[in-house]
Amino acid sequence: MAVLLLAEITDGSLAMDATAKTVAAASKLGDVTVLAVGATAKDAAGEAATIEGVSKVLVAEDAIYGHRLAEPTAALIVSLAGDYSHIVAPATTDAKNILPRVAALLDVMVLTDVTGVVDGDTFERPIYAGNAIQTVKSKDATKVITFRTSTFDAAATGGSAALEDIAAAENPGLSEWVSDKVAESDRPELTSAKIVVSGGRGVGSEEDFKIIEALADKLGAAVGASRAAVDSGFAPNDWQVGQTGKVVAPELYIACGISGAIQHLAGMKDSKVIVAINKDEEAPIFQVADYGLVADIFEAVPEMTGKV
Amino acid sequence: MKVLVPVKRVIDYNVKVRVKADGSGVDLANVKMSMNPFDEIAVEEAIRLKEAGKASEVIVVSIGVKQSQETLRTALAMGADRAILVTAAEDVHTDIEPLAVAKILAAVVKEEEPGLVICGKQAIDNDLNATGQMLAALTGFAQATNANNLEVEEGSATVAREVDGGLQTIKVTLPAIVTTDLRLNEPRYASLPNIMKAKKKPLDEKTPEDFGVDVAPRLEVVTTAEPAERAAGVMVGSVDELVAKLKETGAL
Repeated sequence: MAVLLLAEITDGSLAMDATAKTVAAASKLGDVTVLAVGATAKDAAGEAATIEGVSKVLVAEDAIYGHRLAEPTAALIVSLAGDYSHIVAPATTDAKNILPRVAALLDVMVLTDVTGVVDGDTFERPIYAGNAIQTVKSKDATKVITFRTSTFDAAATGGSAALEDIAAAENPGLSEWVSDKVAESDRPELTSAKIVVSGGRGVGSEEDFKIIEALADKLGAAVGASRAAVDSGFAPNDWQVGQTGKVVAPELYIACGISGAIQHLAGMKDSKVIVAINKDEEAPIFQVADYGLVADIFEAVPEMTGKV
Repeated sequence: MKVLVPVKRVIDYNVKVRVKADGSGVDLANVKMSMNPFDEIAVEEAIRLKEAGKASEVIVVSIGVKQSQETLRTALAMGADRAILVTAAEDVHTDIEPLAVAKILAAVVKEEEPGLVICGKQAIDNDLNATGQMLAALTGFAQATNANNLEVEEGSATVAREVDGGLQTIKVTLPAIVTTDLRLNEPRYASLPNIMKAKKKPLDEKTPEDFGVDVAPRLEVVTTAEPAERAAGVMVGSVDELVAKLKETGAL
């Protein structure tokens, strides 16, 4: 069996962690060929070629792939699909935009956010915000899958797969890029950070989120937020952890002023150690916490920042 | 321009999910069901387009069990003009896969010729996040998923999308498929007079056979299990104690 793996590339740079974890998951399915797509993709392809378990890297460099639009990339993958039993990618917003389109064009179902590989046809994935784990067996000729990277360990590097340039496919020309609004940050990326400090509705304002950020910066951690905090405008959308936001599983997750709605727990309950700080002792977050502290976050969080 | 909005009847988001003891699925018997929250946002956006004079008619469609009629009535009470119910399952536990749903919707699109289809980005039951993208593939339309803002212009739409790095704005040619994210709008509640009026709005009943679509699943559910439970934690009395514990266990 042969696997085509869409590398996660943004503006020419490879998301190594997400791609290497997907390689680890895909290696169980067969020989892995990575597809590097972008306006510039050579450097990213070269980096992906070092991931152990990758046998070949296809490089499709063309201006039409510059802004991760779904239609041209989906058309390219479909043009290559005949050679592969599995088409896979990390469950990022980009891949979740592209792969269901690919699946429908191939007349097959898509399996998203897969957390376990039983065999080449059978996979585990969470449903109902992670309140149930479903094992499903695909009857389709081609399996199209996104893997939830937080549940897989990254494949090691040290390999040296060959690079092969491929031509761009036809651009359906249905959409065009207008602009990106991306916050520059020196903090680690949320889904691959070892420590995540998150704030919820209890933080109260965008201004007060600084106490969360101060603790995160002291610990070299990423900053997360609950849906309530994002909806209230305290934090940007790309910080949201939960059922429909990002799913994280760091070594340490510190939840500050987060009540612990099911939708939030779905995004963080696989963290190794969970700390909850909340003034409401009845908050459901304490049921999943390894260490709970009933305290006012405006006192406890700055105090913790001073003591770690 | 017509706007088409697919809506799904799912377990209410406040209900605690119970996995059936025999591993056959999640227990949905006698459980409160509601419109998928992302679909409510889609209905709201379509109604706002009509109120702004950019849409002429809002058509809602639901594919599932007969009781999905209630979900359609809710959408009509919010302000949609008419509804199409495609009865594709008898048992509430039967989930019609996104591929089959997209095929039925593609057939509806062919008949109705909407200028825009607004879907919820994912259903909170199967969490697949696939129907909109699949419908875009089958119709050959552009797609703009995870919409945070939508501006409809002549022949195109500009959509700000919630992506991993922040926000991406793209322009799509109409007709197009847009899927909604949480921050697109805050859906209205239906007023009592509108709930009464909704009962008189047209609701067409169809079956998958009417559209020549086979809804047989491609994925066989082998088993459904409870997730692993976390071991009970401990409460600490102070920040000092918390930091000491975290250092002791190597977490810090």
